[in-house]
Amino acid sequence: MNTIPYFPGCSLKDTATGFESSAQFVMETLGLRLQELERWNCCGTVTSLTTDDLMHHLASVRNLVRVQDLHESELVALCSMCYNTLARTAQRINADPVERDKINQFMDRESSYEGTVEVRHLLQVLRDRIGWETLAQATPITLEGLKVACYYGCTLLRPKEAAIDNTEKPTIMSEAMAAAGATSVPFPFAGECCGTYQVVDRRDLSIERSFRVIQSALRAGANVIATACPLCQHNLQEAQKELGHVQGLADIEIVYFTELLAAAMGMDPQRLPEGLNVLIQQTAEAQTGWGGS
Amino acid sequence: MSEEKMMQIFIMGKAYDVPVGVTIMDAMEYAGYRFVRGAGCRSGFCGACATVYRKEGEYRLEFALACQEMVEEGMHLTQLPFTPAPRSSYVLSELDADENVLLQHYPAIARCVSCNTCTKACPQDIEVMDYVQAALRGDLKKVSELSFDCIQCGLCSMRCPADIKHSHLAQMARRLYAVTQSPEPDHLKTRMSELAEGIHEVQLDALMKMNLDELKKQYAARVIEAEGEES
Repeated sequence: MNTIPYFPGCSLKDTATGFESSAQFVMETLGLRLQELERWNCCGTVTSLTTDDLMHHLASVRNLVRVQDLHESELVALCSMCYNTLARTAQRINADPVERDKINQFMDRESSYEGTVEVRHLLQVLRDRIGWETLAQATPITLEGLKVACYYGCTLLRPKEAAIDNTEKPTIMSEAMAAAGATSVPFPFAGECCGTYQVVDRRDLSIERSFRVIQSALRAGANVIATACPLCQHNLQEAQKELGHVQGLADIEIVYFTELLAAAMGMDPQRLPEGLNVLIQQTAEAQTGWGGS
Repeated sequence: MSEEKMMQIFIMGKAYDVPVGVTIMDAMEYAGYRFVRGAGCRSGFCGACATVYRKEGEYRLEFALACQEMVEEGMHLTQLPFTPAPRSSYVLSELDADENVLLQHYPAIARCVSCNTCTKACPQDIEVMDYVQAALRGDLKKVSELSFDCIQCGLCSMRCPADIKHSHLAQMARRLYAVTQSPEPDHLKTRMSELAEGIHEVQLDALMKMNLDELKKQYAARVIEAEGEES
């Protein structure tokens, strides 16, 4: 089976294991196995935006070196924050031989980074390498009737250089959902911020922001929100827990987009979120008119 | 009398002539230093003799155990026998070994920028940064495996710009891994029950009954494990 170097990131190894297992299932089904880097470190999470703070790009560069050591030139990430950090660092360091040299001088006796690795998000790999048609053919279980609000948040779309799709009107996740037979419902908060790290010391603020995102999806008629980021997922679920009593808020499922794709490809339901299984079953019953018995 | 070959090294800035082909520790003792701290097993296991040095004309600091590394002409060195690095206190059996437990006890690991300076300071060639990164994601198994050869000399913590207490962190991870995840080895179980049944009591009783002369004779005739293997 063909493989592609894969960077998991810390969250996918503890709080977001379902994101990883579903993505692995999806890619195995499609014949392109995610090959986890043997050695990897934190992506760097929030690279400093000041131009002289190269130290904070080291973490990302080291991961790029690991890809280079495999004689590969492409790295795929699932977590949108890791994607964003790695991609922006790669763009900057690949394009600037002076900065690259400075980092290599610092790394000293270790392998130097040659500036040849490109970072992609899994959605880009699905679109550009696999193709929506192939994806559609690999989904025997249709998600027809499911109304998905594709939530991008910030890091898949901003800044423009790192955007995996049109910054204002992204369609990439909707296209993936459409390939699995689901209906994607547009909603105005698809690219709004969930509150991100504010959840640590300004939880009220992140709950407020995430609440608006969920409410916006509900008003658009969605019954499930698809995410691509463990932190977005966490913040949305926290808001749901906190404000579950607000009408309808508890009724929407919040899952990783890969979990929806994996469900459509026939992944063992026991490895998928319980709420998603119930929703898929109810939707299927409603579609065939077998429900309500 | 054959003439010993000599060379010059610098210990804490002062020049000394020492014999060629000896360890840093032997050279320091030759130069007149007496170790009260900074020397232990003299076999590369205890981590007491952490040493930093620079070679003539080199810009890098190098790190070694004084009992293991040979002196070189023009070496500038000093010892760092102790690293102030506070240890978190915990009761192992009361810990909730979830993915955040290491982060809670050693929060400085979240400051790691992956500079890898720790790894370069390790005289044991441990991938120190890799285990700090594994600790960040709560992977006790990986931390334990990667850090297994750590002798707690503390040089990594001396160099770390994020003030991580590497060796204590790794020790906690290994303890937790042993208690919560790794299977109990059969030979340990067997040994523990043998001890509980009093397997050594006969020998100990015999020793207790000996007078001083007999004890001295026994001691002189003892077989030292390493020597016994060689003969």
